[in-house]
Amino acid sequence: MGGQKAEQKTPAQKAAADKTTMTGARILWECLEREGVKQVFGYPGGAILPVYDALRHSSIHHILVRHEQGATHMADGYARATGDVGVAIATSGPGATNMVTGIATAMLDSVPIVCITGQVGSKLLGSDAFQETDITGVTLPITKHNYLVTRADEIAHTVREAFYVAKSGRPGPVLIDITKDAQQSSCEFDWEAAAPKMRGYRPDLSPAKDAYDKALELIHAAKRPIILAGHGISVSGAEHEVQSFAERGSIPVAMTLLGLGHFPSTHVLNLGMMGMHGEAWVNTAIQEADLLIALGMRFDDRVTGNLKTYAPNAKKIHIDIDPSEINKNVKVDVALVGDLRKVLHELQPRMEMKDRRKWLEFVRNLKGDSAVRDIQNLPDNGHLYAAHVINDLWHETRDSETIVVTDVGQHQMWEAQYYKHDRPRSLITSGGLGTMGFALPAAIGAKVGCPASDVWVVAGDGGFQMTMAELATIVQENLKVNIAIINNGYLGMVRQWQEFFYERNYEATPLLSPDFKKLGEAYGIRSIICNKRGEVVPTIRAAREHNGPVLIDFQVEQEDTVYPMVAAGASLHEMIRRPSPIVETAGDE
Amino acid sequence: MLHTFIVYVENKPGVLSRVVSLFRRRAFNIDSLTVGRTEKPEVSRMTIVLDADQDQARRIVANVYKLVNVLLVDDVTAQPAIVRDLALIKVEATPESRSHVLELANVFRARVVDVAHDSLTIEITGTEDKIDSLLEVLRPLGLIEVVRTGQVAMRRGTKATVPVSKEKAAAVLDDENVSYSV
Repeated sequence: MGGQKAEQKTPAQKAAADKTTMTGARILWECLEREGVKQVFGYPGGAILPVYDALRHSSIHHILVRHEQGATHMADGYARATGDVGVAIATSGPGATNMVTGIATAMLDSVPIVCITGQVGSKLLGSDAFQETDITGVTLPITKHNYLVTRADEIAHTVREAFYVAKSGRPGPVLIDITKDAQQSSCEFDWEAAAPKMRGYRPDLSPAKDAYDKALELIHAAKRPIILAGHGISVSGAEHEVQSFAERGSIPVAMTLLGLGHFPSTHVLNLGMMGMHGEAWVNTAIQEADLLIALGMRFDDRVTGNLKTYAPNAKKIHIDIDPSEINKNVKVDVALVGDLRKVLHELQPRMEMKDRRKWLEFVRNLKGDSAVRDIQNLPDNGHLYAAHVINDLWHETRDSETIVVTDVGQHQMWEAQYYKHDRPRSLITSGGLGTMGFALPAAIGAKVGCPASDVWVVAGDGGFQMTMAELATIVQENLKVNIAIINNGYLGMVRQWQEFFYERNYEATPLLSPDFKKLGEAYGIRSIICNKRGEVVPTIRAAREHNGPVLIDFQVEQEDTVYPMVAAGASLHEMIRRPSPIVETAGDE
Repeated sequence: MLHTFIVYVENKPGVLSRVVSLFRRRAFNIDSLTVGRTEKPEVSRMTIVLDADQDQARRIVANVYKLVNVLLVDDVTAQPAIVRDLALIKVEATPESRSHVLELANVFRARVVDVAHDSLTIEITGTEDKIDSLLEVLRPLGLIEVVRTGQVAMRRGTKATVPVSKEKAAAVLDDENVSYSV
């Protein structure tokens, strides 16, 4: 399984490598090491073979994936879990195009990854050579930036630029396409001379002085303010700043899906998730607010509902590092363009302490009968609901450093509703692109990046089957990843839309799955079936205690629905709630 | 309304396609686009004209700035600026109509750059309006072929187009502002 691994280099050895002549392939590994890369996720092939051949000189650990999409999601999961740049490697042509979904996923969620692809020799470029694809052309609109490298002496500064671009400002994916002859030919390696010099790239923005004054005016005048907390908080590392900002102003905090965990859900000012499947009271509170303070979020359509009726009485302050997000969907009154942490450092000392008890009480009262409608509190009808599984998982794992990695669909929303995240980076999920198949590979990346954390995959039976080939990667790398398949026999979220909006015409949503237990066992993974509510906790405990990966097939209620729901295009306060018959059996009304 | 942007970009392969791809992706329809060299060999300059309202124009500037190879964006729509288009017009010119064509060219300060047996080729520079007007009066005489460069623009006054200060750039809500890359 691979050649002998080179030892980590000493500083003296590193210095010795400087100004020596080596191949482009060796320069690539040398640069990756110096960028702090410890692991890469990849799949070899013809046009990238020189790079793989040079791997034996490097201390970097290569993780062989089963599909290049998996490599990109792993790099993505690694980056989201650690905050560092994740690296994926593939060959030209199909290897490169298989990365497209993962790159787009990272782009929409602003995740710093660097993808390296082999390319046919520079003389063959444009000739439709074997396994040639114009991957820089293909990925142009879904990368933050990309490069085609045709000479060995371009590799060092391209890699340094790529890492700098990927992680600075609003992070994003960067692709480097390297021709085979650039990997093979040699040149002098000079790390210092390769430092990024980028005239057209300035990620260090700061707001105008008077923008702060205007923002403070609005904050001080507000009686019913709400903070909308997004992914930008963790990107900027502003978790503490947001918390003390909220506390100083007694401002309740609503979170986007990717914002979950960046403000502790057990905090008294926490409201919960907003948007399409957000809590009803959170959305109502937003509609009632007189000031929205958006922190590192982008007013996605899943968050706002109908823009015409969105927060009609509220002034809006938008703090974001990307100026192109300002006034894109929602017209705001004050924009503070800059790094959230730095902006809050400026803003907060000038902010008056406020007591907004009346408003907080009003918001609390909005919860109304929500607890009664909550499926957790309905009498046990013998059925296992996905919400039970998630709720139990949260109870069982909340005390440890747990990272939950979800796929996309109903289970993702239930996870967001029932797993109460208290720590940043404890939820990894594909928000913007909504990529099914994301969970399993992203969890591998998270586990590789945070080996001390408990990593749980929560995936539906549909999405899991999209990338389940990576089970082999888990086994080959001997990773302790726990996998909870929320198996309801349907593409549940699509079925739910068919139920609500297409007259229950369940076209193409009933889903045949393999026997997941046998499947897991075929890979040598301990696998368990769980279909009773009372068995959930013991099963989770058994999985946690087992020394190795565990797959659990949670066979849950088939036609369950995620409530509440704001239909696409509806106003945020027009929510479909869990219907009354169930509520009546719960003794409500 | 039509907006005119001056965009300075690094003179590197693929940069034009990055800029054009951005307009396509964000669903903006380009009216005209010109690219050429500048006083600096490492810098190219584009003039882009497209239909957008004020809000869209602001977002275009912010989005173009996000491109790593873009050095400077200037929306000169509301600025005192010289905007010029160049056209070559091949028009039928029989012995009877030739003097009339020459007369019209003269009125528009256009130059005759090629003479053939029964046609004339006229070169004209000016605003779009002026060229449109010349084409209008030449049309009845028989247009054979027309090519136009699209507009190029430059601010009036001594100073070159310079980037606004970074702080001002980030104040996206001010009227004459632009914003910087991320």
